[in-house]
Amino acid sequence: MSESIQDIQDEIIDEFSMLDGDMEMTISYIMELGEQLPEMGEDNKTEDNIVKGCQSKVWLKADLEEGKVMFEADSNTAITKGLVSLLVRILSGKSPQEIIDADLYFIDKIGLNRFIGTQRSNGFGAMMKQMKIYGLAFSTKTQNA
Amino acid sequence: MSNTLTSQHIDIEHIRSQFQVLHQEVNGKPLVYFDNAATNQKPQRVIDAIVHHYQNDNANIHRGIHTLAERSTAKFEETRKAVQSFIGANEAEEIIFTKGTSESINLVASSWGRKFLSEGDEVLISAMEHHSNIVPWQMICEEKGATLKVMPINEAGELILSEVENLITDKTKMVAFNHASNTLGTVNPVKEITAMAHAVGAKVLIDGAQSTSHLEVDVKDLNVDFFAFSAHKMYGPTGLGVLYGKRSILEKTPPYQGGGEMIKDVSFNGTTYNDIPYKFEAGTPDIANVIAFKEAINFIEELGKDNIAAYEQELLTYGTEQLSQIEGVRIIGTAQEKVSVISFEVEGIHHFDLGMWLDAKGIAVRTGHHCTQPLMDHFCIEGTARASFSVYNTKAEIDTFIAALKDIITKFK
Repeated sequence: MSESIQDIQDEIIDEFSMLDGDMEMTISYIMELGEQLPEMGEDNKTEDNIVKGCQSKVWLKADLEEGKVMFEADSNTAITKGLVSLLVRILSGKSPQEIIDADLYFIDKIGLNRFIGTQRSNGFGAMMKQMKIYGLAFSTKTQNA
Repeated sequence: MSNTLTSQHIDIEHIRSQFQVLHQEVNGKPLVYFDNAATNQKPQRVIDAIVHHYQNDNANIHRGIHTLAERSTAKFEETRKAVQSFIGANEAEEIIFTKGTSESINLVASSWGRKFLSEGDEVLISAMEHHSNIVPWQMICEEKGATLKVMPINEAGELILSEVENLITDKTKMVAFNHASNTLGTVNPVKEITAMAHAVGAKVLIDGAQSTSHLEVDVKDLNVDFFAFSAHKMYGPTGLGVLYGKRSILEKTPPYQGGGEMIKDVSFNGTTYNDIPYKFEAGTPDIANVIAFKEAINFIEELGKDNIAAYEQELLTYGTEQLSQIEGVRIIGTAQEKVSVISFEVEGIHHFDLGMWLDAKGIAVRTGHHCTQPLMDHFCIEGTARASFSVYNTKAEIDTFIAALKDIITKFK
């Protein structure tokens, strides 16, 4: 039985709590997470898969497999890659409805708002939106099927 | 390491003591503020002037006859005279207050441009312009059927005078470029290019946003037709800027915005406009900030522009030397003459990651395209990290920055 979106978020919050809010350690850890994210093939880093963000490029691919949305993502900056790996960890393999309903409270809890920023400086905020849009699109697809 | 100026002994600690904002920690480390080209910090006297105004003098200006209105109006106009003197303009009436450099340029492009540009005319800008000195010209050229041409730059990020000569033709009506580049730091040969432009009857607009806090500016000597700059990039408040224009041109230029203050008489049969500068200052201006701006000018003049320039050049030289010694660092913008701005990239590290890491260490730099996307395209890069210094920065801060950068580089190996 796979973990729920909530369980995964709580796990992540636990991991980050050990960093004690230290910004350098937080960034180091985020980069480490990004290194673990499988590299997206160059042929998938297309214009269609780009999520627009001002300074970081983020690519996102989504497929529906047996009723679950499988996400693949990558970024050209190490920190954003780490951030998107968290989103993939939480949302990949979940049903479209779970993705639509997901309340991503972990961002606040681990002080990630600083990384999303109020500007368009990275694609993280845009990626969250895009993943939800995929959820909606796939949910409509399965309903119409 | 001594922090005193070489040319005159000025107490850096005394200067820094006037900037409360510098004395804080960011992410547990002392703040090192190296984003001065974006906006620089305000000395206490500027902040005090804003507070004093609202606590003692606040009233609308140019319209009331009561005491507070008189006091505010007098102080407002004193700033206008201070700006006139600061940039060497002939008259105070040639100083128009705007929201900033961007609005100043938009004013010229749309008001002057709409009247004086025709189909087939040419507007010449440079490849290193900020979007604020590109987009308004693109807009007016499109509207009028004029052509926008671009002065190229060399690998060091300098304009090539022989190329400029070729590009200025009898169709050229306006040459608009920056005095100093916000991304490269390059200081441009304003006098020479202005002479070339005037020889064909073209007007010249200079974007002085990056020069007024660093360099001596004498608009009569430069002989430019328009000079735009921002208060907030020279220790003054945000939301305020200046457009200088020669009287003869401003009088012929139609108003930019309509409303109160810029009129003589209004009726439904017609309206006549006020004289300069008021013709271009519709509505209630940014009174408190204009008044406080005078304190920023005082701050600069008391330190002495030459002293500031000498000190900042020391910082620029030191910073450039230190950065150049780090393997994998490439400096973008190596002009012979620069203001204290250093754009750089580090091999294998995206500028976004660099900026975030530096911030984690308490160091504020700017990253990205710096609103100069065409310039980034010229260098075939997405963006850079940029460290820019003002008179309150120190060599010790540069040492901290260099050590931080070296540490960050090890994390990416």
